[in-house]
Amino acid sequence: MTSGDTTTVEALIKHPMDSGFVKDAAGKIIPAHYIEVIEFTHQGKIVLTGYWGPAVSKNPFIKFSFKGGKSGEPIGVSWVDNKGETATTSSNIM
Amino acid sequence: MDNMIDITKMAPNRRTLITAVAAGAAASVVLPRFAQAAAAVAAPSAKDYPMKAFTQKTEAATLQAMYGTSTVTTSPDVKMDAPDIAENGAVVPISFDANAKDVTGAAILAIDNPFVMACAYKIPAGTDPAISSRVKLGKTTKVVSVIQSGGKLMSTSKQVKVTLGGCG
Repeated sequence: MTSGDTTTVEALIKHPMDSGFVKDAAGKIIPAHYIEVIEFTHQGKIVLTGYWGPAVSKNPFIKFSFKGGKSGEPIGVSWVDNKGETATTSSNIM
Repeated sequence: MDNMIDITKMAPNRRTLITAVAAGAAASVVLPRFAQAAAAVAAPSAKDYPMKAFTQKTEAATLQAMYGTSTVTTSPDVKMDAPDIAENGAVVPISFDANAKDVTGAAILAIDNPFVMACAYKIPAGTDPAISSRVKLGKTTKVVSVIQSGGKLMSTSKQVKVTLGGCG
């Protein structure tokens, strides 16, 4: 349900999301490597926290909406994965 | 003519699209100048990750670990979109949408996956309890969308047939 004052976020994150169940061509297990915690922020406020696991698809896609937001304002996304690697990026509301 | 909608009065539904790269050196290349302020935001802490909830093999144990209770009611207020047949188990689109107030969390469970919990969300006030994402299903399984609202759990489920398993 959207009012006129809603922002919809669609994000495509590049990450292998290796489950740790898959073997490579040589028969060796590809180690698990997946995003654990991901946060979406708007004006310093967290609008969504995701707890992801090895069953989230590779290059995760997510779509959600929250009240508020104006064109031009940035939406931040940052995450930490099971190896402790982190990343942060941002995109402006269209 | 009387029934025409005046589109100038309809406030636009604003959208943002984010394409983000993986952790590591590549991330710094993509950050545009105006995102520098956002870069100062700390990455979330892995300490917050509910690891125990992601290593359970039953729905009850998963919910107990995640929410402290395994009591859940099937509810028509939780709607879920999932394919009847998933051709590619590695990428199965699942959406849920809850008609409930005070939603604080949600989770997607795949009962016959090696670990039942696929993903969970902490939903603050102001964010719609409706999320679309894509998960891996190892084989044909019941998929359950669980919503935490007013301290209680409610859910809906659907059997998804998987042609090519998503676990590799």
